[in-house]
Amino acid sequence: MSTATSLWQKHWILERNSILLLLGILIVIAIGGLVEVVPLFYLRSTIETAPGMRPYTPLELAGRNIYVREGCYLCHSQMIRPLRDEVERYGHYSLAAESEYDHPFQWGSERTGPDLARVGGKYSDDWHRDHLHNPRSVVPDSIMPAYPWLFSTDLDFSHIAQHMRVQALLGVPYSDDMIANAAADVRTQASADADAAALAKRYPKAQARDFDGNPDRVTEADALIAYLQMLGTLVDFKLYNDKANIR
Amino acid sequence: MAQAQAQPKYMTFGEGGMTAAFVVLAFVSIVIAAKAYTPEYAFHAYLFAAGSAAAAFAIVNRYFERGDAAIPLMIEGKPNYNMGPVKFATLAAVVWGIAGFAVGLWIALELAFPAFNLDLSFISFGRLRPLHTSAVIFAFGGNVLIATSFYVVQRTCRARLVGELAPWFVVLGYNFFIVIAGTGYLLGITQSKEYAEPEWYADLWLTIVWVVYLLVYLGTIMRRTEPHIYVANWFYLAFILTIAVLHLGNNAAVPVSVFSPKSYIVWSGVQDAMVQWWYGHNAVGFFLTAGFLGIMYYFIPKRAERPIYSYRLSIIHFWALIFLYIWAGPHHLHYTALPDWTQTLGMTFSVMLWMPSWGGMINGLMTLSGAWDKLRTDPVLRMMVLSVAFYGMSTFEGPVMSVKAVNSLSHYTNWTIGHVHSGALGWVGFISFGAIYCLVPWLWNRPLYSLRLVGWHFWIATIGIVVYITSMWVAGILQGLMWRAYTNLGFLEYSFIETVQAMHPFYVIRAIGGALFLAGALIMVFNLWRTIYPREQLAPAVSLAPAE
Repeated sequence: MSTATSLWQKHWILERNSILLLLGILIVIAIGGLVEVVPLFYLRSTIETAPGMRPYTPLELAGRNIYVREGCYLCHSQMIRPLRDEVERYGHYSLAAESEYDHPFQWGSERTGPDLARVGGKYSDDWHRDHLHNPRSVVPDSIMPAYPWLFSTDLDFSHIAQHMRVQALLGVPYSDDMIANAAADVRTQASADADAAALAKRYPKAQARDFDGNPDRVTEADALIAYLQMLGTLVDFKLYNDKANIR
Repeated sequence: MAQAQAQPKYMTFGEGGMTAAFVVLAFVSIVIAAKAYTPEYAFHAYLFAAGSAAAAFAIVNRYFERGDAAIPLMIEGKPNYNMGPVKFATLAAVVWGIAGFAVGLWIALELAFPAFNLDLSFISFGRLRPLHTSAVIFAFGGNVLIATSFYVVQRTCRARLVGELAPWFVVLGYNFFIVIAGTGYLLGITQSKEYAEPEWYADLWLTIVWVVYLLVYLGTIMRRTEPHIYVANWFYLAFILTIAVLHLGNNAAVPVSVFSPKSYIVWSGVQDAMVQWWYGHNAVGFFLTAGFLGIMYYFIPKRAERPIYSYRLSIIHFWALIFLYIWAGPHHLHYTALPDWTQTLGMTFSVMLWMPSWGGMINGLMTLSGAWDKLRTDPVLRMMVLSVAFYGMSTFEGPVMSVKAVNSLSHYTNWTIGHVHSGALGWVGFISFGAIYCLVPWLWNRPLYSLRLVGWHFWIATIGIVVYITSMWVAGILQGLMWRAYTNLGFLEYSFIETVQAMHPFYVIRAIGGALFLAGALIMVFNLWRTIYPREQLAPAVSLAPAE
C-alpha cells in the first residue's frame, strides 16, 4: 500500500513541473516511431532493387505530377496485395522496389476506382483519351470525374530539369546526361515521329508516341497518359527472385 | 505634460520585432510573386504579402490605440483572462465547420451522381476531397482545439495567456494557413499525402505558428498560480508537441525552387508510406483524440458539476494512450510491401490501444455518477456524453479493423470511411458542439438562446450519423465481399464496375446522412447567432391575463 501510494505521488513531480512533463511526453512518443521507421532504411527487403526499375522519364515524371495534382490517389490505389483475388484481378503483387523512386508514394487508401499499379498497357491510348474526356463514354456506370482540361492545357515543362535535379539530390539516379536532355526528351517522347533511340537508351522500355491524339501540342494529357501507360511495366518478373529478400 | 514625461510610451520589443518581421515578409512575398513559376503560386504570394501588410498595420495601429501601461495580469486578485483570441477561434470553428460539412455533402453527391463534378477542375472530386478533410479536421477541429485549449489553460492555471500579440498570432496565423491550404487544393497545389496535403511554404508557415502556439501554451502553464497542472492540460500539451514532431517528420521536403509551389518529399516508396501513416494515424491519435480528450476532461466535469471519476485512471489513460498510439500506424499498410514484422507490430499495438481508449471512455462517462439525471434536462451534456459513447464505439471498431484478417476485407473499402466518420462526426463533432454550446454563453456572458434547439440539433445530427455509418458499413463489407467473390468454376464473380454500381444506393443514403448532420449544425449556427445578438428585449406586451 505504501509503495503504491508513493508511486502515485511520484507522478506529482510531473504534474508540478511543465518542462519535465514535456520531456516525458517527448520520450514516450518517440519510442514507437523510431522502432518502426528507422529499420526500414537499412533492411534488405525494403531497400531491394528489382530488375528493370529505372527513374521516370521527364514526360512520365510530369505526368505523375499531374496525377498528384489532381488527387487521383484518393480513389485509386497503387498497391496490389498478395491476396488471390487481387493478384488475379490486377497482376503480380506490388514490390517495395517498384515505388523506390516515388516521391511521394501513391499507394492510396481507397479503391473507389480500381487499382492502377499495373494499368500500363491494359488499355489503348484511344481508350484513355476517351476515358479522361468523359469516363462514361467507355464505362457507362463509371462515377469518375471527367478531365477535359488536361487536353486543352499545354504541359509546362520549362522547369523539368530542375525537378530532376531535386530528385537526384534525394537519391533518384538521374544522370547529368538525363538532366541535360530533359526538355528534349519530353518533346521526343510525346511525338510519334521523332527518333527515340537516345531516349530509349537513357530510359529502357520508354514508350514514345503521340499519347493525346494531338500531334501539334504537348498537353497535360500527353504526360498523364504516358505515365499511366508505363505503370507497373518496368520490372521483369522472369528475372525477379521473390525468395531473395523475403519480407 | 508632466504626466506624459513621467510615463513615456514605448513600443515593446515584441511589437517592434513583429512589425519589422511582417514588413520583411510582405516585401519578400512581393518579390516571390513577381518571379513565381505559376499564377497560382503568385496568387498565394500576394495573399502572404497582403496578410503581412495587414498584420504590420494592425500591430502599429494597436500600439497607438492602447494605453501606456502594460495590461495587468491580475485585477483585484483575480486573473485578467485574455478571451479575445478564444472568441475568434470559437467563431472561426463554427464558420469552417459549416463550410467543411457542406463540402463533404457536395463530394458525397459527386460520388452518387458524377454530374456534380460539373467538369470543372477546381471542384472535381480529387481536389474537393482534401478540402473537405482539411476543413473539418484542421479548420473546424483545429479552431475548436485552439479555442478550448486557450480557455482551459487560463482557467485551470488561473493565469492570463502569455504575450499580448502571440495568442493573436497563433489564432490568425493558423486561420491564414487554412486559407492558403484550402485555396491551394482548389488550384491544384497539393503534395497528395493524405491529411498532409499543403505544400512546403504552407507547411513552413504552419511550423512557425505551431511553435508559437507551444510557447504560449507552455508559458501560460509556467505562469500558473495553481500548484498542479490539470489533467486536461497534459492532453493538450501532448497534442501540441506530438503534432509538431509528426508535421516536421512527414513534411520533410525539398522545393523545386523558392519560386515554385512544387516540392518533393524527402522519403520515397515504402519509407514514405511508413512515415506517412506514422503521421496519418497519429493525426487521428493526437489531433482528433488527445486534443479532444482535453476537452472531455474539462468540459464534462464542468458541465456535470462533478469531479473527474478517477484521478489514477486519468494518469494511466494518459501515458498508456500516448505511448501506444504512436505504434499503430502500420495497420494502414497491411499486406502491402511494408515488412510483415512492422505490420504485426502495428496490429498488436492497435489492439492494445483498445484498453486505454476504453479507460478514458469510462473516466468520462463515470464522471456523471450522481448526475445522470442531468441527461434528461441538459441536451448539451447529453451531446457530450453521446460523443464519449461514440468514442468508445469507434475505438473498439478500430482495433477490430486493425486485425490483419479483418483488414484484408475492410482495407480499400467504404468501411474505412464509415469508421472514420463514426469517430469524426460522433466523437469529435459532438464533443466540439458541446464545448461550443458551453463556451459561447460563458465568453459572451449571456444565456444560451434555446436549449430546445440544442435538443433538435442533437437528434437530427444523431440520426444523420447513424444513417451515415450504417450505410458505409454495409457498403464497405459488400464491396470487400464482391471483390473476392468466386464462381463455382473458380473465376472472379464480379467485374470491378459491378462493385461500383452496387455502391450507388449506399452513396445516396450516405449523402442523406451527411445532409442531416449539416442541418443540425445550421440549427446550432442560428442558436449561437441569437445568443450573441439577442433580439432587442421587447417589453413584455400587456399580457392578456387569463380569466380567473
